[in-house]
Amino acid sequence: MNQRINKHPIIDIPLRQKIKFFYNGKEFFGFEGETIASALHAAGITKLSESIKHHRPRGFYCAIGNCSSCFMRVDGKPNVKTCVEPLRENMVVENQEGRGSII
Amino acid sequence: MIHTDILIIGGGPSGLCAAIAAAKSGAEVMLVERSQYFGGQLVKQTHMFFGSEKQYAATRGFDIGKKLVEEVKNSDNIKIFHSTTALGIYEDGVVTLEQKFESEEIYLKVQAKSLIVTTGALEKSLPFPNNDLPGIYGAGAVQTLMNEYLVKPGKRVLMVGAGNIGLIISYQLLQAGVEVAGIIDASPRIGGYLVHASKIRRSGVPIFTGYTIVKAEGTDHLEKATIAKVDQHWKPIPGTEKEMNVDVMCISVGLTPSSAFFWQGGCEMEYVRELGGYVPKRNRYLRTTVGNIYVAGDSAGIEEASSAMVEGSIAGLAASHDLGFVYEGYNREIEELLQELEGLRGGEKGIHIRRGYNKVGF
Repeated sequence: MNQRINKHPIIDIPLRQKIKFFYNGKEFFGFEGETIASALHAAGITKLSESIKHHRPRGFYCAIGNCSSCFMRVDGKPNVKTCVEPLRENMVVENQEGRGSII
Repeated sequence: MIHTDILIIGGGPSGLCAAIAAAKSGAEVMLVERSQYFGGQLVKQTHMFFGSEKQYAATRGFDIGKKLVEEVKNSDNIKIFHSTTALGIYEDGVVTLEQKFESEEIYLKVQAKSLIVTTGALEKSLPFPNNDLPGIYGAGAVQTLMNEYLVKPGKRVLMVGAGNIGLIISYQLLQAGVEVAGIIDASPRIGGYLVHASKIRRSGVPIFTGYTIVKAEGTDHLEKATIAKVDQHWKPIPGTEKEMNVDVMCISVGLTPSSAFFWQGGCEMEYVRELGGYVPKRNRYLRTTVGNIYVAGDSAGIEEASSAMVEGSIAGLAASHDLGFVYEGYNREIEELLQELEGLRGGEKGIHIRRGYNKVGF
């Protein structure tokens, strides 16, 4: 599933550098200047986390770093707000279990 | 410890204008923004603004943002910090910050003589079964995804809320090539400007007034939404349900001011329904009950970007003036800005907002 906008009446679609990253061990591509969540969304992945108690699927809600429902483990670090975290080459993005732990 | 005359938290339209205004008199200004970019939510506003020439009418939102950022960058008196989140304000007035570099963070402390808080707003949600399913997004989130990152939120959208934001974003969804199944609003009337509503209707999108969302369904993502007519007590009327196959629901039911800093700073707060939630009390120059904390923009009460910019300029001028910085045009300029603000809040559409502001003055 590709959800990229390729044509727009107002916005010029810039030519952007492709960026490789890993999601749950699989290789994905996004673009420079976007966030982890937008790259995943473009690839059709909208479930980013689970509620801690009932394991309900959660995606982002606000997309600007306010609501905390897009927390994932990124390069081993838990609770990263993927909706605002810029995508970088070779990033390792994983679904996180529970509250996430650093030890 | 960093020392500065004025610290501004939030680099959106009001924060940028506050920085420009405060720096005019020679005050040393520090502007912090948690995102990588300045401009706040202007970054994703692809539509042209209304209002007078002074508030950039007929200019697209993202171009206004670019102009303001340029002006801030050209000022020698303004130091800007992006990717920097203000963490808290302490009893001695020290504000702590976290500045992010790629995957590392550093911790900073700032002692400012005055503080202007322009932290904007948070999107509201609605209570209904399964409202946490992926695919159910705030209106601003949908706008961010399409206009900033050029990604479609999905294939078929139900817009909940027929205010200006709901109407404008519906149109932007069509521009991005996404189908809008319909717009619903529990109110019997369309809240937004009719010029926007007509444009949407002409594009073939139905607007259902007097309808509410009853439930959402789906396993890992939204698959179906059920809407129903409401009675005069806003309760769904059994038997009027309609099912819609949509993979995105866009919740556009308003914003609430982001008020954490005012609470922590000890400002006297007031719950004002018309302004979207808790806001600090302030005088006409936007000074809160804590003498050196000022407020501007959506964190002062939910309005729109034009008034946020004017408020930012007022707070910036007033804050530097109160610190003793002399700026010759001060009296004339601040009176003009106050009049401009009155103009923006004038007329019938402004009744609501004027009522709200009458409750927070001191």
